[in-house]
Amino acid sequence: MDLELDELTVVTDGRSLVRGLSLQVPDGKVVGLVGPNGSGKSTALRCVYRALRPSSGTVRVGERDLTRLPLRDSARTVAAMTQDGGVDFDFTVEEVVALGRAPHLRGNQALSGRERALCERVMDRLDIGHLAHRGVLTLSGGERQRVLLARALVQEPQILVLDEPTNHLDVRHQVDLLSLLSGSGLTVLVVLHDLNLAAAACDRLGVLSQGRLVASGTPEAVLTPQLVGDVFGVTASVVPHPLTGDPQLLYSLDSAR
Amino acid sequence: MNMISIDEVVTPRPEAAVRGRSASLKALLLGCTALVALLLVSVVVAIGLGPAVVTPGETARHLWAALSGGRIAPDEVTTYQIVWQIRTPRVLLAALVGAGLSAVGVAIQAMVRNALADPFVLGVSSGASVGAVGVTVTGGLAVLGVHAVSVGAFAGALVASLLVYAASSRRGALSPLRLVLTGVALSLGFQAVMSLIVYFVPDGEATSTVLYWTMGSFGAATWGALPVVCVVVLAGLAVLYRYGRALDVLSLGDETAASLGFDPDRHRKVLLMLVSLVTGVMVAVSGAIAFVGLVMPHLVRMVAGATHARLLAVAPLVGAIFMVWVDLAARTLVAPRELPLGVITALVGVPVFIALMRRRGYTFGRR
Repeated sequence: MDLELDELTVVTDGRSLVRGLSLQVPDGKVVGLVGPNGSGKSTALRCVYRALRPSSGTVRVGERDLTRLPLRDSARTVAAMTQDGGVDFDFTVEEVVALGRAPHLRGNQALSGRERALCERVMDRLDIGHLAHRGVLTLSGGERQRVLLARALVQEPQILVLDEPTNHLDVRHQVDLLSLLSGSGLTVLVVLHDLNLAAAACDRLGVLSQGRLVASGTPEAVLTPQLVGDVFGVTASVVPHPLTGDPQLLYSLDSAR
Repeated sequence: MNMISIDEVVTPRPEAAVRGRSASLKALLLGCTALVALLLVSVVVAIGLGPAVVTPGETARHLWAALSGGRIAPDEVTTYQIVWQIRTPRVLLAALVGAGLSAVGVAIQAMVRNALADPFVLGVSSGASVGAVGVTVTGGLAVLGVHAVSVGAFAGALVASLLVYAASSRRGALSPLRLVLTGVALSLGFQAVMSLIVYFVPDGEATSTVLYWTMGSFGAATWGALPVVCVVVLAGLAVLYRYGRALDVLSLGDETAASLGFDPDRHRKVLLMLVSLVTGVMVAVSGAIAFVGLVMPHLVRMVAGATHARLLAVAPLVGAIFMVWVDLAARTLVAPRELPLGVITALVGVPVFIALMRRRGYTFGRR
């Protein structure tokens, strides 16, 4: 299912956080949103997972206007791995993951056998099966990230949005998570800080600066030394990855502009 | 690399899953049945104990006579009256309020995402105290007779909740932190008003009303007020239970709640109305009994886990049992005087709580 941001604008307290952002995520593709801190990436994502109402513009999934759907209906289509992963009470890993089924269940309705099996498979796949009965408060940051991703996956969405999912993850789990995204068949919109991981994992990239989309296209087209200099204010050389050919950035520490 | 796809993920392994689920459900049912039995025994024992001791067998016989319209020998009338007219409403009220405070504590802690929250954090109890003291001092609501003070307290509680709601909501959003801070600030304001009244109206009755409301007592329990409390508390418990999974989701944070299809602000508004109503009714008949609504949720969470549907089934039963025994201690330990309930809940609860916490390495929901 396609995801489309159309002239999305968010104004809060007189400040424009996102200005007229239009971006397409074609069905089954992974699109990365990159940009400096405060450029509006997370704000744009929040409109997609319905934590925020856009001031103007819309978010479309397929033919439907997401901003007009009941929350529960959009939660069956769009799942999110957000930054507020903080859990305040000591739920077990299994319980948190099972809450991903909430939009599909009524009230306190119990999970079906199929749903419990789904939860187990996803936890096993994300390497947290052995933590099923652990309290989430006892987990490391990286383990908790994977719990949150598992919760989003058991939601069985067609569209997955992730806000800096690789935070706290060690290298292996970063690579694992991003390759899982591209192999998932889901339509994915992901905010990433690491431009090299973004270049390797995403089919297309959108670059945000001060709330505006300043570039979009394939990683090769977008990640030029010129753009990285203009948007991020750093000097970088771009070299092709020796195995995959993806553009990779090499930063020069002395020459920050 | 082993790729995931949602279709591939859905190969069912139902046997194991179903077995795990029914085992935990069975444990819950077993636990609740045991707690209900313990509650019934506690109620009967507590009704029998007091200045005139009635054995549990006798108590049960009198209760049965009252419920079934049976006959009582003439020489037993005094005992019957003590059992049925004086002690039964009091013990039942204790059970109801204990259950209600525990459940409301569970709900409030989840909805404001704060492990330190209790039913009174939103200013309900101090609002009720002002209402009660105001009625006592001014003699207002005199047409309501003996219920005037309770009605005044309830009105005060509702006014307090409305003020907290109005002051903390902003553009239709009800942030948990703002809710708690507003509640705390308004509580302090109400306490100042109360002190002012007591200061300028130095009559003994106002002072004792303040004491009564800040420490809590079931001394005024009668059959008259019980039906209202019973209906409100039991209905409140039933509705809160239905919000079990919503509370789970709310306690994951507003962003996550929205992404899971739950409007956090709308849920908080409904829950705020509900818990204010239930708390207001309880405070109006028993005063603000500290500690139960704060600690029972934590104690039960240590044993039963954090899932709210389970908590909201177990915590009211535990709270009811606890409160029945606390009230028994309050009226028998230094008879004929009565200890304030708040003193006993604190004296018993604090050490137990600290001991449990240290033993289990309980995190209070945070690291």
